Amino acid sequence: MSPFQLEIQLVAAVVAVACALPGTFLVLRQMAMMSDAISHAILPGIVIGFFLTGNLSSPILILGGAATGLLTVVLVEWMRKTNRVREDAAIGLVFSALFATGVILIARYAGDVHLDTDAVLLGELAFAPFDRLEIAGYDLGPQSLYSTGSVGLLCAAFIMLFYKELKLATFDSALCATLGFLPGLLHYALMGLISMTAVAAFDAVGSILVVALMVGPPISAYLLTNRLDRMILYSILLAVTAAVSGYWIAYLLDASIAGCMAAIVGVQFGILLCVAPNQGLLAAWQRRKRQRWQFAIKMLVIHLLQHEGTPEAERECRVDHLQEHLAWEKPFAANVVSRAAAQRLLYPVGESLELTVTGRELAREAIVHH
Amino acid sequence: MEHFFNDYTFRTVTLGAATLGAISGALGTFAVLRRQSLLGDAVSHAALPGVGLAFIITGSKAPLILMVGAGLAGWLATVAVLAIIATTRIKYDGALGFVLSVFFGIGLVLLTFIQKFPNASQAGLDSFLFGQAAALVEQDVVTMAVLGGLALVVLVLFWKEFKILSFDPEFANSLVLPVRWLDLGLTTLLVVAIVIGLQTVGVVLMSAMIIAPAAAARQWTDNLGIMVLISMVIGALSGVGGALLSTSTSNLPTGPTIVLCASGVVIVSVIIAPRRGLVWEQIRRTLQARRLRSEAILLDLFELARKHDSLGHPHMEAALKIMHPHASTLRRQLRSLHSKGLISLHSTGAWALTQEGINACEKLLAKRVS
Repeated sequence: MSPFQLEIQLVAAVVAVACALPGTFLVLRQMAMMSDAISHAILPGIVIGFFLTGNLSSPILILGGAATGLLTVVLVEWMRKTNRVREDAAIGLVFSALFATGVILIARYAGDVHLDTDAVLLGELAFAPFDRLEIAGYDLGPQSLYSTGSVGLLCAAFIMLFYKELKLATFDSALCATLGFLPGLLHYALMGLISMTAVAAFDAVGSILVVALMVGPPISAYLLTNRLDRMILYSILLAVTAAVSGYWIAYLLDASIAGCMAAIVGVQFGILLCVAPNQGLLAAWQRRKRQRWQFAIKMLVIHLLQHEGTPEAERECRVDHLQEHLAWEKPFAANVVSRAAAQRLLYPVGESLELTVTGRELAREAIVHH
Repeated sequence: MEHFFNDYTFRTVTLGAATLGAISGALGTFAVLRRQSLLGDAVSHAALPGVGLAFIITGSKAPLILMVGAGLAGWLATVAVLAIIATTRIKYDGALGFVLSVFFGIGLVLLTFIQKFPNASQAGLDSFLFGQAAALVEQDVVTMAVLGGLALVVLVLFWKEFKILSFDPEFANSLVLPVRWLDLGLTTLLVVAIVIGLQTVGVVLMSAMIIAPAAAARQWTDNLGIMVLISMVIGALSGVGGALLSTSTSNLPTGPTIVLCASGVVIVSVIIAPRRGLVWEQIRRTLQARRLRSEAILLDLFELARKHDSLGHPHMEAALKIMHPHASTLRRQLRSLHSKGLISLHSTGAWALTQEGINACEKLLAKRVS
């Protein structure tokens, strides 16, 4: 592994963490599409910042982009408040108008500088190590590592400082407001962070990967846990894994790094969707299957209990009678009986079935509960 | 002006833009009404891998083949979004953001893959990313018109069903309409509308062409049929306007210009549309406030006079001033009531109700009681 490769992966991992941190709250607050809106809408802010400084990694760009990001939030809010346009339409309108403005600014005034729409939308991580931070002649590593790193630290600091407040605002905004925690202010602070992260990351990975990293790992983590702290932790782990493995796959295929990372984010979700405990499709399927057998066993023990000790018990409690009485197919009935016997709920006596003490208890409990 | 219309490129671009504006306007109406504005954004981003795959499989850049690829990918994306919502607790926005960015990432991987093909440059596919109206040829416009025309025919054929589905899906369900199929059908039409526009305005800005004309048209009418027509006209006019502006000015890309035109129409509509417009609302509020204030003055006079033997008993302005909180406009209100003949000015400078004024007061009081 060359130092360049290491640096690329480092930048990718830092971007992944910086995106996953605020992204978790975005997903939980049901505002995931704001990441898409903001990551597009920052374009005019970046362009104007670039015209002012002539440098794509200047901190002024981050501020300009963050300002446009907040402008997006304010404009969406304003349009929604007029009650003339619904929120989803407002989001779509505002970000595309801002993005269009950015594209036009580039086309008209930035004809031959290093700034084109491709770069913003797609990013090129492979170039990240070429733009280096040098202080007094010392090479301190790629500049984007510092810009994304500082935004990532800012996100981490914000979340650690306001963890309780954010948690409250996310899960019970009304309570948060009554306790005097200003959920509106937290909302804007979070949106500001999202904007800054999006600007810092766009140069390296492009705006679409920002969306993938902000939304993908948190929704995957959401499949794994019900706890906020675990969800943040899993999001970070998933995001970093996607970033690093995406890089290597891109390297092997010689394809777009950002694209491969996004694809890995998709694969992660696909796998977790299948195998996640509790939330996963496989777990749900097994649960349904288990419930089906459990229900059949309960039916059987209730049936046996009903006829236990009655004159027709001998006829009713025979295995082949279950087929007509409970309308069970023969193999199914045999399967239920053997499962119930394995759980020591009943035992066969000749042709008929006899309940055990536990079987009787289960039957009585089931009758009371239903 | 005349040489514009004789110019082949200009004519093609304008016709293409008008066609796409009209079709996305018509189908966007349903997307906006059904709160699916951002689905358009997801579909247009998700179309990218379809374009890439269609090219890899067929090796052709014929617009129809690429459009079919884009349409299939976009359609698959909507199905994926619906499946994620149905099987997990992840919400609509999270599913949209996830599908959008992952599909787009896969599209990027495919595009970088195609770049390495010896037989083809990527140029034709790039236009799908950001749109390249200037590259439209007559055949593209014909394809757009035919596909869009078919979509409109389907829309007209199932008009009643789609209408019920958009406004009251539960009612549609109770009528035993195949709601799921209709839903899928309407979404498929939306995909068609998006695919038609991708080449002209690109994946990022296509969602604006779905939302903007419909959001603007919504301000002008409450009738679905009229809304669709207005939306089509606004879409087509934005297309023509954007094409005109970008052709007559250098370095003004067509796609973003069209989008800004459409956004401008939304802003103008929100402000001035009769009845719903913000200006009209302000006027209505002012007039209503004025009417309520003068009614209050009239009733105050009535109340004061009731304490005397005659309802026409005059009172000084100073007495009213104490009773009336809006003292600054009192004089003006009195004059306006005077000119309406509801009150009269006595030589002592006191105001008294006329018979007409007394009648008006009694009518007002009766209305309040009922």
